[in-house]
Amino acid sequence: MSGFLTLLKRDLVLALREGSALGTALGFFLVVVAMLPLGLGPDLKLLSRIAPGVLWIALLLAALLSLPRMFEADHEDGSLEVMATAPLPLELAVAAKAVAHWISTGIPLALAAPVLGLMLNLDIGLVPALVATMLAGTPAISFLGSIGAALTLKARRSGLLLALLVLPLYIPTLIFGISAMGFAGSGQEGFLASFLILLAISLAAVAAAPIAAAGALRLQLS
Amino acid sequence: MTAMQTLTQRLANPTRFMEISRAILPWIAGGAALFIAYAMYLVFFVAPPDYQQGETVKIMYIHVPSAWLAMMGYGVVAISSFGLLVFRHPLADVSAKAAAPIGAAFTLAALVTGSLWGKPMWGTYWVWDARLTSVLILFFLYLGLIALRSSLEDETLAAKLTAVLALVGVAILPIIKFSVDWWNTLHQPSTAFTSTVDPSMRTPLLISAVGFTLLFFALHLKGMQNEILRRRVKAMRLAQVERGDRAFAARAE
Repeated sequence: MSGFLTLLKRDLVLALREGSALGTALGFFLVVVAMLPLGLGPDLKLLSRIAPGVLWIALLLAALLSLPRMFEADHEDGSLEVMATAPLPLELAVAAKAVAHWISTGIPLALAAPVLGLMLNLDIGLVPALVATMLAGTPAISFLGSIGAALTLKARRSGLLLALLVLPLYIPTLIFGISAMGFAGSGQEGFLASFLILLAISLAAVAAAPIAAAGALRLQLS
Repeated sequence: MTAMQTLTQRLANPTRFMEISRAILPWIAGGAALFIAYAMYLVFFVAPPDYQQGETVKIMYIHVPSAWLAMMGYGVVAISSFGLLVFRHPLADVSAKAAAPIGAAFTLAALVTGSLWGKPMWGTYWVWDARLTSVLILFFLYLGLIALRSSLEDETLAAKLTAVLALVGVAILPIIKFSVDWWNTLHQPSTAFTSTVDPSMRTPLLISAVGFTLLFFALHLKGMQNEILRRRVKAMRLAQVERGDRAFAARAE
């Protein structure tokens, strides 16, 4: 367990000191959200209606942008091979890196979403539901993303390929995030059901994704 | 089970596989041609037009087998990937590699025929119906498999990583299917028609399904043969280069 925490702390410190990864993700989030009204017209009613969907999709794209870095630097300087031969199982090392990605990218994006929501005339009453669903859904984004990052470690044009591989895996998260927001917006019962399924998807991803990602990494390191 | 095991074990030798597949391929391909030709004869000259859909119902005789083969193709890829990762069967990757583009082609055929049918029936080429959406996502998964394989130089590594991705896809496909169904019922009621199919239409449909399934396996076997030959050519070329290298080194001394 101490190995897991050390690795997590190391990755968080690296993300913090580097800073550019989070800045890029947040900047991309802002730009996508700002471009949409320019494409759709400034009708505030329309924007208010589509705000949760726009924010969710922009969040997926912004999180996707930072995924290739999950293993890349460690692969280049050889520390990934050290992790693979360390006593800590590679599955746990992958999980630590995915948790670090969630804390350094998922949480900041989820917290930035309400601010961007103001630009889209998002109903203020929906802000707690928006932040809650995004916090519940982003672990799945980081963990499923770790599979894609591991598979494309040695691939050419890995960025585009990663999007093709990972975005279909994000569909359940997106659907239940949006449906929870729909229930919260219309005041119907059912928010809790969607929210719990969202949590279930995240938990399943946390449990299963490191196995697949570590398997993919081992194939490339041996 | 044991008979199945010995058969797969015996087929593990590529040379023997080439012999056996060469012997049975003409039968499968011939069967496919006969069944499809007979099905098309029934479809165009015997089967009645639907009382609601008119002649457009004929699209169904190609659409339904394509949709079925789209799913079966992924099954073949998944089983082959499992065989590669768990049993390290030497032909498993050849099978997975050959099946992926064929499955993708049938998925595309299902999507295209479905949307051609949708235009006169629904008035639009595309609706975000749960089944259409699921098949579209299946198509994306196929594209992901093909793209991942083509982006890696090392062929053995590409084979194994693609197999991992195929198995991840198998794990997540039911969840995607479930969530798309949920999403669809949330937005609009299903437009699926629930009338039972008359025998005059069911028989041509069944014959067509058998014919296209045989076509799939004929293409799959041919694709596997081509892949084995391609690998042999590559190995020979590498050996030739090596011989040339050695000769050059000998002359330089």
